[in-house]
Amino acid sequence: MASIRLAVPRTAQQDEIIEIKALIQHDMESGFRRGSRGEVIPRDIITRFECTYDGNTVFAADFQPAIAANPILTFHLRASTSGPIAFEWTDQNGTQWQDQADIEVL
Amino acid sequence: MIRLAGVATCLGLIGCQPNMVDPAPAELPAAEIQSGYNFLTPDTQALQDDAFGNPGLLWVDRGADLFQSVAGSETACATCHTDGLSGVAATYPKIDPQSGALLNLEGRINQCRTEHQGLSPLDYESEALLALTAYVANQSHGQPSQVEITGPASAAYETGRDYFLTRRGQFNLSCQQCHTENWGKQLRGDTISQGHGNGFPAYRLEWQSLGSLQRRLRDCDTGVRAEPLPFGDETYIALELYLAGRSQGLELESPAVRR
Amino acid sequence: MLATAGGAIAITATPLSALAAQEDLERARVELFGDRPVQEGRVTLKLPPIAENGFSVPLDVSVDSPMTAEDYVQRIAILSPRNPLPLIGVFHLTPHAGLAQVSTRIRMSGTQEIEAIAEMNDGSLFAGRMETVVTLAACVVL
Repeated sequence: MASIRLAVPRTAQQDEIIEIKALIQHDMESGFRRGSRGEVIPRDIITRFECTYDGNTVFAADFQPAIAANPILTFHLRASTSGPIAFEWTDQNGTQWQDQADIEVL
Repeated sequence: MIRLAGVATCLGLIGCQPNMVDPAPAELPAAEIQSGYNFLTPDTQALQDDAFGNPGLLWVDRGADLFQSVAGSETACATCHTDGLSGVAATYPKIDPQSGALLNLEGRINQCRTEHQGLSPLDYESEALLALTAYVANQSHGQPSQVEITGPASAAYETGRDYFLTRRGQFNLSCQQCHTENWGKQLRGDTISQGHGNGFPAYRLEWQSLGSLQRRLRDCDTGVRAEPLPFGDETYIALELYLAGRSQGLELESPAVRR
Repeated sequence: MLATAGGAIAITATPLSALAAQEDLERARVELFGDRPVQEGRVTLKLPPIAENGFSVPLDVSVDSPMTAEDYVQRIAILSPRNPLPLIGVFHLTPHAGLAQVSTRIRMSGTQEIEAIAEMNDGSLFAGRMETVVTLAACVVL
């Protein structure tokens, strides 16, 4: 189970633009490294990130191997409603990791 | 991977006799002792200081969870250690009073697992052991290293010191030659640090992962083209004790970010 | 030859040799955005002037845009002229984002100028770029 860290403010004003950070533990094996016997270590990366809030996908990212290990994203969203902000990472094999944080909009 | 092609210029130091230990080795002046943090670029320092984004914290988080409950045992770490473990990592490595052996954090955690939790010991660099050592070391963040180097620990301290001062490997270099006599100078693109280890377990950019001080010591030995000792070797634990004593109260920084 | 498929782009690359060149970056740009012209401006790409380790370089991209339903950034692509693969990632934004600013950390296989291309909802394209000196390259150093 990958460690996940989220930075989401607990509260925000209506329509305030807030900063969100999401960090997940993952090797992001690029497929360009070689092991001790010279064999290529196969690619194994997270390929997609999505942030959903108030019924909308507010931000998404497509990752290639050049995204650093333990990928971190900082992005923004407009606070519209109290409720959960959902985060989902999907890797190249379809494995998914999810987490969420609640926000109260004043 | 460590590249030390630039050390050709170092071979003129203290004659070229193999395995000779200088009878009066230089020591780091107390006023000049400084953390490897000072040898990083500002961006890497910022990553270490980032209370959210320091990647080592991912392991600290997992360690905090494991501390509270662990599958396969009714006795979690928190069951006994109800007050947490602040300050404990700063005293390691230390002699275990029962067995008389010198234990580092990894050894102590494994001893607790086998003797008090009914669990099997964890391998070095396993996710669980890294997480637990990261958590326990982080509980001493900002506290000065305070290891006991006299009494029962003195023999191990001398063993560690001897290892530090002995030339080894194809490059025939001792730790002393880079980290006490040439710190601050360039080794290719790297600035040589004083080699304290106060930031470990640390997130090394080269590893793209958190790793133990033992892993770093093995990389150092590989770097001078010496055969690294196995993980958990008692000479490495003695070396960890020597390094902690040599750092003279340098503050712990785990999880540090290093190159 | 290692056939690597990522997202909408399928690039064939051999590890440790045949790094992407400027032409590969341009080909990746065309695959993403077609032949539409790209104007310099409105996109600010920030990378440190010197990165001591290419495995993890902080990147920040921001696009001058009101991010309203009528006028917003819908995609930002990050491209490399020197990595084994020219595409580093694509960020998808919506008016709900409020601000077109994204940060992450990337791998760089050597000193190079990274390019960021922003696509607006009306299809117009804007680019920003920044060069970083990389002390220790990712991807190609054993």
